[in-house]
Amino acid sequence: MSDGTPARKRRAAPAKSPGSGRATRRSKPSPQAARPAVVVVTGVGRYLGARVAARLAGDPAVGRVIGVDSAPPSPELARDLGGVELRESQLRTGELLKLFGTADVTAVAHLAVATSPDPQRGGRAAMKESNVIGTMQLLAACQQAPRLRKLVVRSSTAAYGASFRDPAVFTEDTEPRDVPRGGFARDVLDIEGYVRGFCRRRPDVAATVLRFAPFIGQQAETRLSRYFSMSVVPTVLGRDPRLQFVHVDDALEVLHRAIVEDHPGTFNVAGRGVLTLNQAIRRAGRVAAPTLEPGLSGVAAFAKRSGMVDFSLDQLDLFVHGRVVDTDALVREFGFEPRTSAEAFDEFVRAQNPGPLRPQRLREAEKLILEQIRRARAALESSSSDD
Amino acid sequence: MTEPDIWDERVAGAIAALRQRLTGDYEVDEFGFDKHLTDSVFLPLLRPLYRNWFRTEVVGAENIPTEGGALVVANHSGTIPLDAVMLAVGVHEAAQRYLRLLGADLLFRMPVLSELARKGGGTLACNPDAERLMRAGDLVGVFPEGFKGVGKPFADRYKLQRFGRGGFVSAALRTGVPIIPVAIVGAEESWPVLAKVTALRAFGAPYLPIPASPVPLPVRYHLRYGPPLRFAGGPDAAADPTAVAIAAREARTALEQLLDGACAARDGVFR
Repeated sequence: MSDGTPARKRRAAPAKSPGSGRATRRSKPSPQAARPAVVVVTGVGRYLGARVAARLAGDPAVGRVIGVDSAPPSPELARDLGGVELRESQLRTGELLKLFGTADVTAVAHLAVATSPDPQRGGRAAMKESNVIGTMQLLAACQQAPRLRKLVVRSSTAAYGASFRDPAVFTEDTEPRDVPRGGFARDVLDIEGYVRGFCRRRPDVAATVLRFAPFIGQQAETRLSRYFSMSVVPTVLGRDPRLQFVHVDDALEVLHRAIVEDHPGTFNVAGRGVLTLNQAIRRAGRVAAPTLEPGLSGVAAFAKRSGMVDFSLDQLDLFVHGRVVDTDALVREFGFEPRTSAEAFDEFVRAQNPGPLRPQRLREAEKLILEQIRRARAALESSSSDD
Repeated sequence: MTEPDIWDERVAGAIAALRQRLTGDYEVDEFGFDKHLTDSVFLPLLRPLYRNWFRTEVVGAENIPTEGGALVVANHSGTIPLDAVMLAVGVHEAAQRYLRLLGADLLFRMPVLSELARKGGGTLACNPDAERLMRAGDLVGVFPEGFKGVGKPFADRYKLQRFGRGGFVSAALRTGVPIIPVAIVGAEESWPVLAKVTALRAFGAPYLPIPASPVPLPVRYHLRYGPPLRFAGGPDAAADPTAVAIAAREARTALEQLLDGACAARDGVFR
């Protein structure tokens, strides 16, 4: 992050007053409304991309939806992709240019940003290749798409890193104190850098960069949901980091609005409020297993090698220092407030198999203990009044 | 039993609080402040120290604003920054408000302590955090002397050390909140530093203080709150180094006068 305010361009005259945002769901007809929008969605092979593409295909304001991914979506995801033209392709400038040339693309939603290495898809090297080089190639193709007016890029709050010297709450213009040591976070910084460069070369394209907090939700299986489904959850001893989540459905809503409406700039997307890690584990009814920090690095490395869980270094920093972002800009600009981090997490917990320490059981235990104490006191009192 | 059973209420309350902890049924703000834990554990543990051990005497409690943001500026001393904790307890006793203390980054590097600090309402001493809290209408507590104050030799007690770079003043100017100077007297004598071990620099700590007694001595604490200082100029002045320097000098002078007054007023350190 070399320059402080990435890709932020404010319209000279705001299209709507900040307060009335919630009421205006669709933006006023844009110049493209005469000819219906043609949207390219990358990463349709994964949950987020597939959901976004399916919803766009159902939107009458969108003419064509073209989904690009190197791998086909799973049959389960493909079921909803009836209205989407699927292209199986790597993100390569040449192939994309052919597509952009024939299809008159007006908007690109770049969601093919992998958060963790997939052992089946080539591990970290392939992840970096697709994240960084893929974005570069995509933006090179975008630069030569004459009718392109909108670019929406999936980014992450990991861009802020996590360290003890950071302020408690990151706003969009906070710069990270340390270069994040996780691969994903560095990818995100590279991607945002490319987008800034692209914006300088194509000022006519409105770019929206969405920095998402970790996703959580009922259906989407994420790294985080696997972590919180373990019955004994490893944590860092003496640390209780502040975490934020965003519900997947809210992330989809924000992405959809970013594509069909006009919201240039960089925005944090997270549920308001905070859960600490221990609090979240307790709400999930699980048991925390505090581990020494150096020990956890070793465990993480071992687990990664053996392919049990992928637990990367940025994840580790997050679990030591936590990360909280400010979402005022999102709420003001989009007129949409994602459900709070606590609500999102509780919805996830309700859809899970309850852990051993579920609230119901503890509430019963509380009643039982209180009754025992009352009975014991009553017995004591009656025996002493007998004298 | 016609009269309310206090004992039963207490037991039921304690068990319910424990259950709330165990099920995560409490709220933590974006800085990590855990009101539930502070009210049910920290304050009850610290109050006896404040009331019975240090027998704290308070002057000028009416100067603590009952609502809205403000910056509480105090002197710092005493080996382990117990004075900061006592000030937070004192503010809560006097005004039922939570003092959000600003701590050095060293504190947040350390496990356990960092989490205790956040849960008790503390956060990193940096302008974004201070301004965010004050804009939200919170009371923020800052010790511009920092480590220089905590580790000062006994002979220099109640002499203000380096007084920061005025960052705290510019935060107050930018958010337009008053500065309330507070003199803490007693902390210097309660736990004087015998020696400083600097061999631990490699681990990131500036020094390891060796206190002269194993527990803080039961000297009497005096908290003297001064009248709120308001500065003209507002946000524009925050960017003007001269205005910031003048305001910082004013805050320093006010704090020095309070300190001198409080030191002169007490007869004997322990009484």
